[in-house]
Amino acid sequence: MAERVAQPAEQAGLPEPAVALEWLGSMMLIRRFEERAGEMYAKAKVGGFLHLAIGEEATIVGSTRALRDQDYLISTYRSHGHTLARGSDPDRVMAELFGRVDGLCRGRGGSMHMFDRENRFMGGYGIVGGNLPLAAGFALASDYLERDEVTLCQFGDGASNQGTFGETMNLAALWKLPVVFMITNNQFGMGTALERHSAITDLLRKGEGFGVPGMRCDGMDAVDTYNVTSEALRIAREERRPTLVEAVTYRFRGHSMADPEEYRTKEQVDEWRKRDPLTVFGDQLMEAGILSEDEREAMDRDTIERVDRAVAFADASPHPSPNDLYDDIYVLGDQVRGWYSVDERTPTPHRGEDETAMDRADLPHAAEHAATTPPGDASQREED
Amino acid sequence: MAVMRYREALNSALREEMERDPNVMLMGEDIGVFNGAFKVTAGLLDEFGEKRVRDTPISENTIVGMGVGAAMTGLRPVVELMTINFSLLAMDQIVNHAASIRYMFGGQVRVPLVVRMPQGAGHQLGPTHSHSWEALYLHVPGLLVAVPTTAADAKGLLKSAIRDDNPVVFIEHEYLYGQRGEVPDDEDHTVRFGEAAIRREGSDVTIVGISRMALTSARAAKTLSEEHDVEAEVIDPRTLRPLDLDTILASVRKTNRCVIVEEGWPHGGVGANLAALIQEQAFDDLDAPIQRVTGADVPMPYSKPLEQIAFPHEPQVVDAVLATFRDR
Ligand SMILES: Cc1ncc(C[n+]2csc(CCOP(=O)(O)OP(=O)(O)O)c2C)c(N)n1
Ligand SMILES: [Mg+2]
Repeated sequence: MAERVAQPAEQAGLPEPAVALEWLGSMMLIRRFEERAGEMYAKAKVGGFLHLAIGEEATIVGSTRALRDQDYLISTYRSHGHTLARGSDPDRVMAELFGRVDGLCRGRGGSMHMFDRENRFMGGYGIVGGNLPLAAGFALASDYLERDEVTLCQFGDGASNQGTFGETMNLAALWKLPVVFMITNNQFGMGTALERHSAITDLLRKGEGFGVPGMRCDGMDAVDTYNVTSEALRIAREERRPTLVEAVTYRFRGHSMADPEEYRTKEQVDEWRKRDPLTVFGDQLMEAGILSEDEREAMDRDTIERVDRAVAFADASPHPSPNDLYDDIYVLGDQVRGWYSVDERTPTPHRGEDETAMDRADLPHAAEHAATTPPGDASQREED
Repeated sequence: MAVMRYREALNSALREEMERDPNVMLMGEDIGVFNGAFKVTAGLLDEFGEKRVRDTPISENTIVGMGVGAAMTGLRPVVELMTINFSLLAMDQIVNHAASIRYMFGGQVRVPLVVRMPQGAGHQLGPTHSHSWEALYLHVPGLLVAVPTTAADAKGLLKSAIRDDNPVVFIEHEYLYGQRGEVPDDEDHTVRFGEAAIRREGSDVTIVGISRMALTSARAAKTLSEEHDVEAEVIDPRTLRPLDLDTILASVRKTNRCVIVEEGWPHGGVGANLAALIQEQAFDDLDAPIQRVTGADVPMPYSKPLEQIAFPHEPQVVDAVLATFRDR
């Protein structure tokens, strides 16, 4: 084991050693998890689109670590890391990628649509710009119900061109809502470079005209991201006003797995890779004497094993049953006892039809649902 | 005749129409440098330059709206939306603006706009990327709605759409992009809106298949013939607005049975509408209730087994056809 240098952590701007190590662990988990997810995609264990945030881990971890447990986080289709950073069980995140019943969303959402109510990860959304109004809505509810919660809303540079961006900025500022908007500026909206999609490339300024002041952080630096996000969250909490934080970062991989990356050069990617947040932060911890070479390697091995277990778990989890297809479309109750649908008139009508004739308590559907209600739902009921 | 893929047929329609008319221009997200999310616009930026092939920011409602405005004042814009799901963000411009403008301004202006978009399930893209919503656009007076299924129709209908003076919602299908077909070489090969294609002749039952489901229906018809001794007539309407109801009615009058197959939701679907039209006009010719085969009444799930049962396949079409014989 290397000798610990007696250099106080603050000197490098680092948090307490235990905290710094936890951040590194979280970043490592996201990285190794996503690398494996990519491999699983190549093996067709994962379907649909897979958007990896490799390169953006410091933005994810730095910002989410500034949140308290009761705060809300909402993100996009690129959100495996966000839900993991918020504390989701890697087994269940991987199972969701595999489309299995033990997935966070029981296999309904897949990679682009993660959600973990228990950990207040309020979802990844497949519609670019669709999550901004929702975030302002969370903040509206927090404000209205006088709850001590703040919402952190993350979206991409490309999303800042969507109509919902301006509309949400205005309302959040007008109604003084406790929300922080964070643009994860990874330099591209799909294959379109920032300067080709946005007239203003100082994205932090994009909210100013709407009354939302901007700040910028180095999204490749977890500490800087943490500090700036913390200040933004403080303003939301204490001063009751929104801010816009631009986190400047880079995605190392393609937009999704099917991206030939003809719109950028390998040199540009390599240049940014020199600032790989995982490497840089790990090196910082070693320089500060918080971490030895051996410990770092051991951490990485453990992380890889953890991800291996997640893959094994996901693979062992069953596919959803065809009988579940119609579950959870509605909250069943006095108004909706079931519903009548006419699709695929096969000899066996689907349950939606049967339910209309049944007493609600007898619904196989209702019983099944109660039995599989994830633990997080209990808190929902208390609050609601 | 040349054999090409559906996406190449669309590409050549765009190229030819851009060569033919300098006021045809393209707008869309990642259609230029990236060559299009589904590569339909591949090469066009290089060929026609940035003035005519424009990568736009992610701003669906506004780019469609700009297309409407430019169409009102002299251009023939073709706007690409990455999927039909994202067209909901532009619904306001498509319905409140493009479709209504000519009518509400007393016929003073034309809106020669084409909005292209693919639809369809089967790639596990989940509930925000996989729907089939021709019914939403079928609902709207003022729009033309195309649902091409072959490479030749994709090309011919797109050329007609671009030359037409009405706003056109042009619905492609993700599954069909890679399908090959024969396409006439003629630069003036167009397919007229409002003319259905009879994909297979038959005397026992009429199957109307919409978008990709025209292909599924044709496969079902083969099985029905080989295994059940039922000769199905398969009709692909090709456009839903205008709809070639005459061809469908003539077929139903001959076969006395009808099954309508679509990938979208059942309530308020294309089949619901068509069944109403057929029973209004050919009730006495029907020997059995009209059957519909549709996508399941659910948001599209990601899970592969769930997704696979949430949209129709050949066996369901076969079952529905056989049901029209059992019902008597
Ligand atoms: C409304 C809508 N339009 C288009 C898309 C297709 N699309 C998915 S991601 C993306 C790029 C978004 O870029 P950005 O906001 O910068 O986020 P990033 O992918 O870089 O994380 C596009 C165009 C979509 N999902 N939703
Ligand atoms: Mg981006």
